[in-house]
Amino acid sequence: MADTKVPPPATAVRREPAEPADRPRPRRQPRATAGSARMAALLVSPTLLVLTVVVLYPTLMALHESLYGPKGLDPETGFIRATEPFVGLRNYADIFGEAGERFWNAFWNTTFFTVVTVALETLIGVAMALIMHKAFRGRGLVRAGILVPWAVPTAISGLLWRWIFNSDGIANALIGHQVLWTTEGFHAKVAVIVAEVWKTAPFIGLLVLAGLQVIPKEVYEAARMDGAGPPRQFWHITLPLVKPALLVAMLFRCMDALRMFDLPYILVGAQKHSVETLSMLAQNEASNVRFGPASAYSVLLFLYVFLVALAFVRLLGADLIGDVGAGGRRRKGSRIPALRRRSEVTA
Amino acid sequence: MKTTTTRAFQWVGMLAVGALLTACGASDEGAAGQAGPGTFEGRGPITYVAGKDTTGSVQPMLDRWNKLHPKEKVTFIQLPTDADAQRQQMIQNAETKSDAYTVLSLDVVWTSEFAAHQWIDRLPEKRFPLEKMLKPVVETAKYRDGLYAVPASSDGGMLYYRTDLLKKAGISEPPTTWAGMKADCAKVKKLPEARGMSCYAGQFQKYEGLTVNFSEAVNSAGGVVTDRNGKPDVDTAAAKKGLDFLVDSVKDGTIPKDGITYLEEDGRQAFQSGKLIFHRNWPYVYSLAGKSDIKGKYAVAPLPGLDGPGSSSLGGHNLALSSFAKNKATALDFMKFFSNEENTATFLKDASLAPPYASLYDDKALVEQYPYLPVLKESILRAVPRPRVVQYGDVTSAVQQEAYAALSGAKTSAQALKDLQEALQKSTGQ
Repeated sequence: MADTKVPPPATAVRREPAEPADRPRPRRQPRATAGSARMAALLVSPTLLVLTVVVLYPTLMALHESLYGPKGLDPETGFIRATEPFVGLRNYADIFGEAGERFWNAFWNTTFFTVVTVALETLIGVAMALIMHKAFRGRGLVRAGILVPWAVPTAISGLLWRWIFNSDGIANALIGHQVLWTTEGFHAKVAVIVAEVWKTAPFIGLLVLAGLQVIPKEVYEAARMDGAGPPRQFWHITLPLVKPALLVAMLFRCMDALRMFDLPYILVGAQKHSVETLSMLAQNEASNVRFGPASAYSVLLFLYVFLVALAFVRLLGADLIGDVGAGGRRRKGSRIPALRRRSEVTA
Repeated sequence: MKTTTTRAFQWVGMLAVGALLTACGASDEGAAGQAGPGTFEGRGPITYVAGKDTTGSVQPMLDRWNKLHPKEKVTFIQLPTDADAQRQQMIQNAETKSDAYTVLSLDVVWTSEFAAHQWIDRLPEKRFPLEKMLKPVVETAKYRDGLYAVPASSDGGMLYYRTDLLKKAGISEPPTTWAGMKADCAKVKKLPEARGMSCYAGQFQKYEGLTVNFSEAVNSAGGVVTDRNGKPDVDTAAAKKGLDFLVDSVKDGTIPKDGITYLEEDGRQAFQSGKLIFHRNWPYVYSLAGKSDIKGKYAVAPLPGLDGPGSSSLGGHNLALSSFAKNKATALDFMKFFSNEENTATFLKDASLAPPYASLYDDKALVEQYPYLPVLKESILRAVPRPRVVQYGDVTSAVQQEAYAALSGAKTSAQALKDLQEALQKSTGQ
């Protein structure tokens, strides 16, 4: 689809203006282009306005706030001073100092959770999708069953798993050994990972299933004719063809996991350093009325999420918003031309 | 151009997702209003802001007030059940200087923070019958000797114990010291009925309950976490004896191994299902345990200590007046009404809230209904409030961090107290 519909860069630019010209308009051609651009701007403006209000403004405010320190206590009066001192980049610099220990702990926890949960979810999610894709009796039931965890709100699943990981809970009964899951230590991380994977593997399964369903049957028939067994078919046909969908799913999961908050907070607890994520740290700072450091941590998390998303798009060619089916084939050639096209249009 | 717009949207989309997810901590700051004490003017409708009322006893009380004062109606604003969420919403209201909240129901440990930020007004002491209230309870409403809130309800820890087992083991009186409690346990555990039982548990999960239990242990051994002026002084021999009681109890099995995961409810379940001989908990357990398997087989006593009866921490709620509210004259009258003796007695009957007034604990009819009242009074009279500091959030995190490290054996108790003292000094700036 992409190869045929997306024309070479040069024609892309030239053909666009031609389209509005088909409409009956009294103006000359170049003016029509300006008019259509204005029309487009007008149509997009509500969206941009909303984005400015709910995204740009809070982001800028967070950046601004992150340059201020907490209000000090006046020892004379016993009251907190009215204004926040401007501290420049000290909130950011602090993460490299003595106080940074907690930040880096949260940073590594966040990264660890993201890498481990997304990897496990991908494996399990793909397996789930393959099962859901097979035609067999009771398929509807299996599909519904697999999707149930995704439908449960995270906070509720946190409560559910807290019962399971209770000291007299099912988890301990099953392994026949008392592990105090909600105490500090590596086991707390394990508990969070298990609950998180249980909850979100179906999400990957769902997106991959959508990807599987658009693969034409003929491809498999051809492969069978050529004598390819199921593993080979999976490796050389299924996987490359669902890759665009899978990458988008993984990207979403990564972004989700990087800002993980509610599950460790509810399942294990607020003050547990072994599961404290960056979001939890920022929330903790904010709840202690230190909005400056809280904003700084939020900005850092924002940059981290942004970089990971960028890396996904650039390195793996995940197609974040564009059409999923086309992404796989378009990917290779599109990177540089896309840039070139953009510069030509804006120029 | 289609591709370009798509690309552009990708960027905006990515920015959007990232920003939406992270930019929720920011808030605009301005100069705090300097609301001086003594200006309580204006009459008219006000609001009463408290956590979700699970007992259904608040609205009838407000209805009574509204009937008496049709022009100064009080509206009930219910906040979430979770205390942290309540505090957060109240702070948000104060940071935006909104007049939406008038009378706030503050957890006793928040008084200093709210007073220091001038989110609540200093109150005229003479308007309230403070001398009739239990002294430690009134203390929780003060910041730097000024009254910033009016006690509405209190709460104190008590030692629940199994009367049937103690009697069988030939013990007539509940223990008053930790050593006595351990000795009693040794006797009880020889009984065949007590097989598999543990001696004692409180709340030792890493959360606010641990701060309560740690402070109680330290205070009961004659130490302090912070002194009267909020200055940390926890690296002492007395405090170490208190912490050692908890640490050694975990080590020698007096406290069950999973005791460090207990919240209030876990402990209650364990006590009710016959897993514990002694249990430290709040008064709310009393009526619930009466409906369980151990009905009629338990009683309460004051908390034990190192050399004699120990000191409880204090719970409960105080009424405070938001600095940014309107109709403060009405608010003051309403606070007086809501916290008067008659109405707190109603709350005791309808919601099992411990009243701040001393006389109610000796009321015969009430004691009959709530046999634990005399013990609770003793507990509250000997109680020491949790650290009264502005940065309570940081202080309680530090206490939980270090006490937990000691309980789980990650640190020695001496090291934990030393680190705690340092952390507290840093967060209180003293």
